[in-house]
Amino acid sequence: MNQKNQTTITKDPSNKKLIVVREFDAPMDHVWKAWTESELLDQWWAPKPWRAETKTMDFREGGTWLYSMVGPDGSRHWSRADFKKIIPNKSFIGDDAFCDENGKINPEMPRMHWENEFSETASGTKVTVEITFSSEEQLEKIIEMGFKEGFTMAHGNLDELLVAQKV
Amino acid sequence: MRRDVFQAIADPTRRAILYHIALEGKTPNVLAQHFHSSRQAVSKHIKILTECGLVKQEQSGREIYYYINPKKLKEIDKWLQPFRTMWEDRFGQLDNLLKNQKTKRS
Repeated sequence: MNQKNQTTITKDPSNKKLIVVREFDAPMDHVWKAWTESELLDQWWAPKPWRAETKTMDFREGGTWLYSMVGPDGSRHWSRADFKKIIPNKSFIGDDAFCDENGKINPEMPRMHWENEFSETASGTKVTVEITFSSEEQLEKIIEMGFKEGFTMAHGNLDELLVAQKV
Repeated sequence: MRRDVFQAIADPTRRAILYHIALEGKTPNVLAQHFHSSRQAVSKHIKILTECGLVKQEQSGREIYYYINPKKLKEIDKWLQPFRTMWEDRFGQLDNLLKNQKTKRS
């Protein structure tokens, strides 16, 4: 593992779909586990300075992952992923939503349909994430949230400004 | 002074304000609690953000709530970049995790 692998992000022409592609220098079963086991997901899923904390994980078709993003001040934002289709070491498909701690979906927030595909490469594993939104507006809302997270991370001194913060 | 989104996000306090109202509307009082600066200073920044079109306000009963104006954020150049930063950060953490897994198992 010498150089950081590049992340490719594209928007499809309908403006309702984002495609994220990234290679990892690790064997398929390790990458698959990191994406599907909550103890591992908790260690990387949240961008700094937040951390992900799983409440319940039931990784099977029809099952749900209920987790929160915890801010430095302890504030939480809850999300759930409902798994629709799972092909071990190949792909899984699910729906994401923002919710409360009991998993009750917040209808105001964008919902996302995820299709994650894993394939072996010469040096490791390629992951393709397709995130589909119900509308262009919903996609933009998520970009804006990424915007928020992005500029927070880009400015470490922002912490000093913030007594309390959220995801 | 120039009034556009770039002006709006040029200042760290204003970025912090946007950050706080990105997910839900906040009243001036609640918002001011997040900052060490005076309420007047925060109000001044909100005024600039409003003039730049990034912040909208809505009256609800006796309270005013400030909201982010998502349409305006679109004007920011390379708008996809922060989303990319988020994923790259995430994947960087995953790289480390996978590296540790490899070490542990070998």
